[in-house]
Amino acid sequence: MEFKLNMDLGNSKKMPGLDKTKVFDLLIVGSGPAGLNAALYAKRKGLSVGLVGKKTGGQVIDTTSVENYLGFEFKTGEDLIKEFSQHVASLEVPLLKDAEVASLEKIEDWIHINLSTGEVLKARSVILATGSRPRRLGVKGEDDFLGKGVAYCAICDGPLFEGLDVIVAGGGNSAVEAAIDLAKIANSVTLVHRSQFRADQIVIDKLNTYSNVKVHLETEILEVQGGPLMSGIVVKDKATGETRTIEANGLFVEIGYLPNSGYAKGFVQMNNKEEIIVNALNETSVPGVFAAGDVTDIPYKQIIIAASEGAKAALTANDYINRLK
Amino acid sequence: MSLLNEQLQGQLRTIFADMKNDMTLAVFTQKDGCETCEDTVSFMKEIEALSDKIHFEALDIDADQERAKAYNVKMVPSIVMLNDKKEYLGIKFNGIPAGHEINSFIPAILEVSGAGEALPESFLNQISAIKDPVNIKVFVTLSCPHCAGAVQKAHKLALESPMIDAEMVEAQTFYALSDQFNVSSVPKIVINDQYEFVGNQPLEVFLEEIAKTQSA
Repeated sequence: MEFKLNMDLGNSKKMPGLDKTKVFDLLIVGSGPAGLNAALYAKRKGLSVGLVGKKTGGQVIDTTSVENYLGFEFKTGEDLIKEFSQHVASLEVPLLKDAEVASLEKIEDWIHINLSTGEVLKARSVILATGSRPRRLGVKGEDDFLGKGVAYCAICDGPLFEGLDVIVAGGGNSAVEAAIDLAKIANSVTLVHRSQFRADQIVIDKLNTYSNVKVHLETEILEVQGGPLMSGIVVKDKATGETRTIEANGLFVEIGYLPNSGYAKGFVQMNNKEEIIVNALNETSVPGVFAAGDVTDIPYKQIIIAASEGAKAALTANDYINRLK
Repeated sequence: MSLLNEQLQGQLRTIFADMKNDMTLAVFTQKDGCETCEDTVSFMKEIEALSDKIHFEALDIDADQERAKAYNVKMVPSIVMLNDKKEYLGIKFNGIPAGHEINSFIPAILEVSGAGEALPESFLNQISAIKDPVNIKVFVTLSCPHCAGAVQKAHKLALESPMIDAEMVEAQTFYALSDQFNVSSVPKIVINDQYEFVGNQPLEVFLEEIAKTQSA
């Protein structure tokens, strides 16, 4: 039997709570790799800094294995975040947990963070590092069968499909890794992707070692079918134009991410994907407001890239605060 | 051989040092046909040994029918948490809270001992308006990192309202019940066996769904 005690509980190094009435030099919204690394850099520079988080670790927590973070050959997503959080906690950066940011405002020189509870946090500068969430397929039936076969977290929901037939949609690392995880539990796994693999060759090779996995590339998903539970999907072979049905009990959607930027709409400039536009210094269109990681328009959403963008944003914020003083 | 390794025991002792009052883990089992009962009891006994304030009580769903009824226990293994006055506050775990669920189980012990954090006032007003009984089932798997968060929220609501009974249901142990509620994504939250949503949603969403069960 395994026990996965959380870092917030089981460690003497724990981030203290955040004093909501205090005015900070810098508040960081988001507690994934970008936010945590920004906190580390800002605190070491001597800024008064606080973290406003919803889910410590962000999407990394839902990742089974991370094998491309320099210095760690293999870590579960959770263990990697544990290392990150403990490092930040050792510097006693205060953290506001389970916080939902509703909107942002700049009033004179202060950035106001309006929380969904009605409370307002104030800082001279902020870093937006709110990450992203799984993208949906946007096909007929996907919403209807959400939680009735359609799933977005393979490690969470995989055990519910023991001995059943499942489909994984997507061709990147997340999709291939989900397929590998599911191959150990499910009767069969069919990976369906509309173009060619984007995943690293090393994980594709691993996937190919499982005999219960089928791969359909250049195949588009048109519809999720069933009733009351999902029974299969309709796909179109892009080469021949033929449509057919693949029967399955579950569909795991791993086709990339959408930025969590809704609260900042109309406040900072975004591109047509609703990613926050930043320059090389992580500055947004509003002075004193910086952004980092998956929520921004930087290419390649990777843990190590998000973390280093967080560091850059903190260093720029530090320069900004020093200019104000 | 103990289930909890030494490192984990040490961490839990530190956490339990923050407990305020005594509390009881009342564990319901059954003689036959319960695969996970033995492990659950061993686990609970190990937890009991980590703090003087934690007490273990063994109950049988058949022999102790009256008490099972009082705590709305319908399946085994079921862990019911009682406060220092041996009162049931609406906090229950069906199935073994191992894996990631230790992160809802340990905080619940602290909460029942009176060492929890208060909810913001805006929520308390809404919770005090709940007049009709509410049952919240939170279906989880032990490999789900964010399920414990949903269980914690449901339990927090139960603590704040005498009308709310909140229970974790480990989906694989209680396969038939999970099947009945079409659980294929976790956490799945089912309120009064009627209203449901998926995911570790904000407390606002829990309260919105609960409001649907209340008579006008």
